[in-house]
Amino acid sequence: MAADNKSVKMTGGAVKNGASSGQAAGTKDSGAVPTLEVKNLSISFGGLKAVDGFNVVIGKGQLYGLIGPNGAGKTTVFNLLTGVYKPDTGTILLDGKNITGKKTIEINQEGIARTFQNIRLFKELSVLDNVKVGLHNHHKYSTLEGILRLPSFYKVEKEMNERAMELLSVFDLDKECDYKASNLPYGKQRKLEIARALATDPKLLLLDEPAAGMNPNETAELMETIRFVREKFNMTILLIEHDMKLVAGICERLTVLNFGQVLTQGETSEVLNDRRVITAYLGE
Amino acid sequence: MMKNKVRIQNAVTYGMVILFWAVIQIMDKTGHLSSLFKGLLVPLCMYAILAVSLNLTVGILGELSLGHAGFMCLGAFSGAFLTNCLETAVPSVGLRFFLALILGALVAGVFGLLIGIPVLRLKGDYLAIVTLAFGEIIKNLINVLYVGRDANGFHFSMKDTTSLGMDKETGVVLIKGAQGITGTPRAATFTIGILLLLLTLFIVLNLIHSRTGRAIMSIRDNRIAAESIGINITKYKLMAFSISAALAGMAGVLYAHSLSTLQASSNNFGYNKSILILVFVVLGGLGNMRGSIIAAMLLTALPELLRGLNDYRMLIYAIVLIVMTIFNSSPKAIELRSVVMSRLRGGAKKEVA
Amino acid sequence: MGFLSYFISGVSLGAVYAIIALGYTMVYGIARMLNFAHGDIIMVGGFVIFTIVSTLGMPPLLGIVVAVAACTVLGVTTERVAYRPLREASSLAVLITAIGVSYLLQNIALLVFGSNPRQFTSVVTLPNLVLAGGALTISSTTIVTIISCIIIMVALTAFINKTKIGQAMLAVSEDRGAASLMGIDVNKTIAVTFAIGSALAAIAGALLCSAYPSLTPYTGSMPGIKAFTAAVFGGIGSIPGALIGGIILGVIENLSKAYISSQLSDAIVFAVLIIVLLVRPTGILGRKINEKV
Repeated sequence: MAADNKSVKMTGGAVKNGASSGQAAGTKDSGAVPTLEVKNLSISFGGLKAVDGFNVVIGKGQLYGLIGPNGAGKTTVFNLLTGVYKPDTGTILLDGKNITGKKTIEINQEGIARTFQNIRLFKELSVLDNVKVGLHNHHKYSTLEGILRLPSFYKVEKEMNERAMELLSVFDLDKECDYKASNLPYGKQRKLEIARALATDPKLLLLDEPAAGMNPNETAELMETIRFVREKFNMTILLIEHDMKLVAGICERLTVLNFGQVLTQGETSEVLNDRRVITAYLGE
Repeated sequence: MMKNKVRIQNAVTYGMVILFWAVIQIMDKTGHLSSLFKGLLVPLCMYAILAVSLNLTVGILGELSLGHAGFMCLGAFSGAFLTNCLETAVPSVGLRFFLALILGALVAGVFGLLIGIPVLRLKGDYLAIVTLAFGEIIKNLINVLYVGRDANGFHFSMKDTTSLGMDKETGVVLIKGAQGITGTPRAATFTIGILLLLLTLFIVLNLIHSRTGRAIMSIRDNRIAAESIGINITKYKLMAFSISAALAGMAGVLYAHSLSTLQASSNNFGYNKSILILVFVVLGGLGNMRGSIIAAMLLTALPELLRGLNDYRMLIYAIVLIVMTIFNSSPKAIELRSVVMSRLRGGAKKEVA
Repeated sequence: MGFLSYFISGVSLGAVYAIIALGYTMVYGIARMLNFAHGDIIMVGGFVIFTIVSTLGMPPLLGIVVAVAACTVLGVTTERVAYRPLREASSLAVLITAIGVSYLLQNIALLVFGSNPRQFTSVVTLPNLVLAGGALTISSTTIVTIISCIIIMVALTAFINKTKIGQAMLAVSEDRGAASLMGIDVNKTIAVTFAIGSALAAIAGALLCSAYPSLTPYTGSMPGIKAFTAAVFGGIGSIPGALIGGIILGVIENLSKAYISSQLSDAIVFAVLIIVLLVRPTGILGRKINEKV
């Protein structure tokens, strides 16, 4: 029961970093270790190469897009990065540290958090509790302290509530904190998922089709939120998206995936004007 | 805020239990309690504890377990065994009972952990059948277990009393196979039962509304998402499962101390008992601890209250079970109920909703 | 020869489990529910035959026919009354009503027939088979049981693969929503599944009570659980799985009764189940289900 780490660790993480968001977006200072560096990542399912020799380098604070036609292997890349699948070959470096082959929860603790294509919230929990589960590994007291309601329980719970409310207000969800997560409208559920991911204080945030199912107004609002998150938390973001308006609007660099392979990568404007990319999407 | 709502809800649950205790005390003092009902008081507490503890596994963790009676059985036998063992060393029955409660909970909890490690990887109905299997194995093994003690120490056998090979002078058989354990002092009272129920509630409710409880419920709601934000699935599944088992073990000790003879029969600890407890949990509402207590108490008392109807009482019980479930869970019934409710509340509120 | 005789009677017991397991596995595959009352249908079948043969003195064959008819009606009725209203509800709710139906059937039987065991006369009236100069005797009940099981398996497989309603059952088990969009009457398909499962339970009841002639209102309960175990063991939803699971379970049970301990035979059966499921979490022939992330 007392297996939990006894030390009550304060992170404060994300907000603390917020102050240093002066760094110009997208500039990659040469020499610095990139936040994410992936080399030659591959996996096959029953002979089919779902991802084949995937490479990417994402600098700190970058907003990076991963695009490609349906079935190109984009979500599989996310699943490889987060340890849902173990890669057949390749290495994943996070801030220069090799995290290849680690388990999902270890990878989260190393600093990668994600959202899902089909929203995965804790439906029966309140909006506030969804975020508090995200804070689980940063604000600790043992199970026994919790059951006995020792002072540490009240102290840490208070910290967690404050931190969670801070995050929720960033996403304009603070008024709905007592709602059951499943009762939120669709767009807000997507936002809550991002808030929950941010609560784990990641170095890299993966967003899997954040605008899926949104109308143009909601998408525009979401773009603002993503930009804001990047600025406020100085976050590095990799996102999968089909909405080209969103991709063109906020991503600085893009990688295009086709049949599991990297078709091209580079500056957003260059990539989007590449004939091969247009062909891949529209066919010959 | 939410916090206060939770606090009020919990207070109502505790209050309900205490009120029940007080009412029974008054009825007892004024002589309004039939001897039949008096005999029912400890089982009422026991079933309430079992239902609340199973609800931790089924309602909060979201895993279907049909082996709860097995853990209860482990607790009952280890507790009664200790009480009988310490007869000379610890003369106070109360103290022995107390130690037995701790041991019973511990043994059941450890077994919960040991069984949980391999089993909790399975899902849904597969987990249900494997827990049922474990419950039956525990019951069957205890049924053929012989334990005796003489001047040389303890003797174990899976065959019979004679193969214990004990010293004829000093040998005492403590556990006698299918005949079980006899002579356990009947120390369990209604007040102790209520105290244990309050303790169970305290542990379970505080657990749910804490960091650990949120982690457990996040696994129930979405395992993949929980993993992605760094929740250790195995650890929290095991924790919920073994706490649930430990509390069942405690209920078992209570049970063992309300009987003069404890046997590991199918009637006492078979899979039907596990199913009965599951019925309380489902009818009381998944995750709803107060509902579990009410369902456990009503459904335990019902067959006894129907005793006048004699042969028909279990028949009525079965029909009540079917009708209540359909009324509770059928989509049509739920729709019908909400229509009736909104009619009752009147048109004004309807617009708000 | 002792081993062979235990083994053959184990196969026979396993054949009964397999027939019961078919009912579980089909209902589970198609209606996605654990029909806890299935075992009690066996008991009802047993009592119907008992009444017709022992009380009324009619021929056993007539008893079986009436039992099959009665159980079919019973199965379809319980489905209509107790399970269909909960089709869209949680699987736990259906499990609880199934438990309620189980209690109901047991207690009706208790009211009508009392709790004292009734002596069941075997429905098989053929002479026993004596082999190897009397060293090995195989009872006619054993032989009839094994043959019935084979016939049922073959017939059921043909029914599912060759008939329209059989194909509809496959479609519903694959994807209920899509099946109903393709014009399949899901309610009717599920009702047919219950009818077949219950008819098989009646036959299983006749065979079980012929081999173990003591009949009480609780007769069906434990074999029901064991047969469900067999279905899970073989891979629930799979018809050959039910056969394999049933036979293996029956053989293990009989051999451990003979060579280890009759009190521990159930524990051994369940222990084997646990080991199999830990190695193959969806049973021997079960399909692996991957959750998509």
